[in-house]
Amino acid sequence: MSAKANILAKLKNSLAGTTPIRDEFDESLVTQPWSYPADQRIARLRQLMEAVHGETHLTSLAEWPALLERLLGERGIDRLLVAPSTPHGQQFSAHCQQAGSPLTLKAYDRPIEEWKAELFDATPASLTGTLGGIAATGSLILWPTREEPRLMSLVPPLHIALLKASQVYDNFYEVQQKMQWSAGMPTNALLVSGPSKTADIEQVLAYGAHGPKDLIVLILEDA
Amino acid sequence: MSQLFHNAAPNATRVAPPLPTPRQYPSQKPGQVYLFGTCVVDLFFPEAGLDAIRLLEREGLRVHFPQDQGCCGQPAYTSGYTEEARRVARKQLELFAEDWPVVVPSGSCAGMLREHYAELFQDEPELHARLEALAARTFELAEFLLHVCKVQLQDQGAPTKVALHTSCSARREMNTHLHGRALLAQLSGVERVEHDHESECCGFGGTFSIRMPDISGAMVADKTQALKASGAAQVVSADCGCLMNINGALAKQQAALRGQHLASFLWQRTQGNGGADR
Amino acid sequence: MNSHTLIPTVQLHGDFKQRARGALGDAQLRQNFRSAMDSLMAKRASAFSDADERERLRALGNQIRARALSKLPELLERLEQNLTRNGVHVHWAETVDEANAIVLEIARAHEARQVIKGKSMVSEEMEMNHFLAERGIECLESDMGEYIVQLDNEKPSHIIMPAIHKNAGQVASLFHDKLGVEYTKDVDQLIQIGRRTLRRKFFEADIGVSGVNFAVAETGTLLLVENEGNGRMSTTVPAVHIAVTGIEKVVENLRDTVPLLSLLTRSALGQPITTYVNMISGPRKADELDGPQEVHLVLLDNGRSQAFADSELRQTLNCIRCGACMNHCPVYTRIGGHAYGEVYPGPIGKIITPHLVGLDKVPDHPSASSLCGACGEVCPVKIPIPSILRRLREENVKAPNDPHQVMRGQGSKYSPRERLAWKAWRTLYTTPALYRLFSFFATRLGGLTPSKLGPWTEHHVAPIPAKRSLHELARQHLEGK
Repeated sequence: MSAKANILAKLKNSLAGTTPIRDEFDESLVTQPWSYPADQRIARLRQLMEAVHGETHLTSLAEWPALLERLLGERGIDRLLVAPSTPHGQQFSAHCQQAGSPLTLKAYDRPIEEWKAELFDATPASLTGTLGGIAATGSLILWPTREEPRLMSLVPPLHIALLKASQVYDNFYEVQQKMQWSAGMPTNALLVSGPSKTADIEQVLAYGAHGPKDLIVLILEDA
Repeated sequence: MSQLFHNAAPNATRVAPPLPTPRQYPSQKPGQVYLFGTCVVDLFFPEAGLDAIRLLEREGLRVHFPQDQGCCGQPAYTSGYTEEARRVARKQLELFAEDWPVVVPSGSCAGMLREHYAELFQDEPELHARLEALAARTFELAEFLLHVCKVQLQDQGAPTKVALHTSCSARREMNTHLHGRALLAQLSGVERVEHDHESECCGFGGTFSIRMPDISGAMVADKTQALKASGAAQVVSADCGCLMNINGALAKQQAALRGQHLASFLWQRTQGNGGADR
Repeated sequence: MNSHTLIPTVQLHGDFKQRARGALGDAQLRQNFRSAMDSLMAKRASAFSDADERERLRALGNQIRARALSKLPELLERLEQNLTRNGVHVHWAETVDEANAIVLEIARAHEARQVIKGKSMVSEEMEMNHFLAERGIECLESDMGEYIVQLDNEKPSHIIMPAIHKNAGQVASLFHDKLGVEYTKDVDQLIQIGRRTLRRKFFEADIGVSGVNFAVAETGTLLLVENEGNGRMSTTVPAVHIAVTGIEKVVENLRDTVPLLSLLTRSALGQPITTYVNMISGPRKADELDGPQEVHLVLLDNGRSQAFADSELRQTLNCIRCGACMNHCPVYTRIGGHAYGEVYPGPIGKIITPHLVGLDKVPDHPSASSLCGACGEVCPVKIPIPSILRRLREENVKAPNDPHQVMRGQGSKYSPRERLAWKAWRTLYTTPALYRLFSFFATRLGGLTPSKLGPWTEHHVAPIPAKRSLHELARQHLEGK
């Protein structure tokens, strides 16, 4: 018999004569303590994000490109990984052209194997969109796409994420329900709650373990 | 009560028992009670048992001490000798024929009667109703004084500081730390001081202290250190296993500090002569 | 680092008691654990500031895990179907040998030379690093704590914080000695040293290995939590991702992960959530630009089905590996993780290990507890750890000819002498006349108590019986009332 058959036979034998336990999932336990008035969601998300060294900025649909350009300039960053085919990619690209920005915009437009070294060694920052945020835990929701692949939010030391204020949800349960996640998951879905960190040495918190050392969230209040 | 009663099939997957609701206490003080003295009190702290009787009598209760009582069975039970524990426990079940409350001057033993007899006799469904009734009328002494007798203590002693140590299982099963604190708070001359890692185990654990003397010894060393550093003039506890452990270690260290059973402490503080007749 | 230096060479000398004695005598170790556990307890407490919310959530967590176990075979099959549909290869292994063989076969098919690992306790069960290293494949840990202990040829001493037994100074010396970097005790600098070294390894690795926190049957999703980003790196950069997990890790529905996630991160580190929640439901699709080309899941039994067979012991498999039981354990706090000598230390280790390796291999584990109940009180999925420890003691003292076979290695502490002593104890306490006689002499002859009473008098004076038993005092006192 195969390992599978053996394991399943043992388990089934142990359950002989029993009935499965009823599903008594009480959704109020994962919603009620984690619900917020609309005007407090953003504040809570920012508070939690900043508590773990995430940087947040309130801005607008029209003004974020200039803000981002300034933030990158302050950090001395001259290259940004950005998806040119997304609306925010096009908007930022147009802004840079208009403003005569010295920034070099790079696209993740080929399989990782073809430019792995460049991604790892010569890509200091990336900009991605998000599917929204979660107030309860101070999290961003990312479903990587062809335009903004998985490693785009992981390998560059600085990750900038755009978050639309209208897409900040109360809690993870609400996100799963409203977006109908159980009907079909992407190959990779992520919740990101701050820059990479570790407390593995003497429980001293240190940021920038393996993922981004910095996370900047640009919250678009009018989007 | 035991989660074991919740399952239909013996091999059905177990769900944790429902969240406990606060214990309901009888609104009227009963006229008579049983005292279950416990094996450690019987041989090593008999005065504590006698003081428990005195405290109950002062509340107007008639106390019965069944002379055939022995041990709740806990030592064998926690050592894995379940059948031996069951035999001894069964013997105790015969003792409490009337429906009077059973008062126990030791937290973990009260817990054994209330929480673990159900597990011990899980295969004897004919006993379940009786065990449930026994559990419902079993009380740890401090709990009984506080919530059933609604005792009002008049402190007669000189000002002093005490540290309270509570048996872990008793605290977790029956909140005995709250009962002890509430009783001590009634004593105007007694200041209760906290000690470091107060809720941590003293390292007794019954046969654990014999089987794992190094680890148990490290635990009681830390516990006695914390008690000595607390500034307390004495230690009180309502669990004699812990007291035997803590006092035995303090004596070995030749420390002046000692632990006393809560019953004796309460009796001496409230008797008017500071226990001078002892 | 070449592969042979990766073989853990730390020798776990002696038995449990000897190792515990050694640990108790190590002041630095005691200090490292005490301060770490104090801090972890405080963090958990503040993360669960509302006791009512905590208790209701724990009850739900217990219910979700129990429900999953109550239909485990069905859920495993559904998980396999959905993962397969998503393009993930599912493998089953009854033993660690089988699991290692599966991993090796995948590695060989890809001519892999380097494996990078995210944190996985199941891979520790498999001793995968050692196994692959012996076959010429470097297998490097990437979790900072795991990396540190691997660098020092040690094993993790905690399931969440593998290097918790070391302080910054010890890590500084280790990095200086092994990596040739300048000595620094600055934690930020130490982490940056680890980051630089391991980034290269993520870049080069042929295969990434990870564990799984929750395997969702409904959607065919592997959910992983982490703070560092090494888990995402390991499961995304290399061309092949192999996840290894125990058969009990499956949950029925995606929504079940919401309360479990909250319980896990708050119980473990007091965090509302980890930095990354990584949900993997398949390999890179044709139109995607990164992610592994192949994803494998190895489902390992390794004794779990033995625990599963008994409804009391089955509750062991509720575990979501948060580590709260060890953080709150007065025994673990004093002896640390290595003294247990096995992959899983602390209270959960004491109840799961006998199924993985046989009770006779860890005969002292069930006894190494005062049954204080701290573990059961904090367990986010309400495993009655003290009850299960007691039950294992019962299995441990069973006679060799006991017809009721529950577990491998049962009866390892069977002692006819001890059994006889308990029989005598039973006779004493079930025969009132005999007890009266016994207590009469015990109280009268208390002065003859020897001053040395075995292990007890190492730390205590001998207890001396009172002059009269309570039986006698009560009789006198109550007479005539």
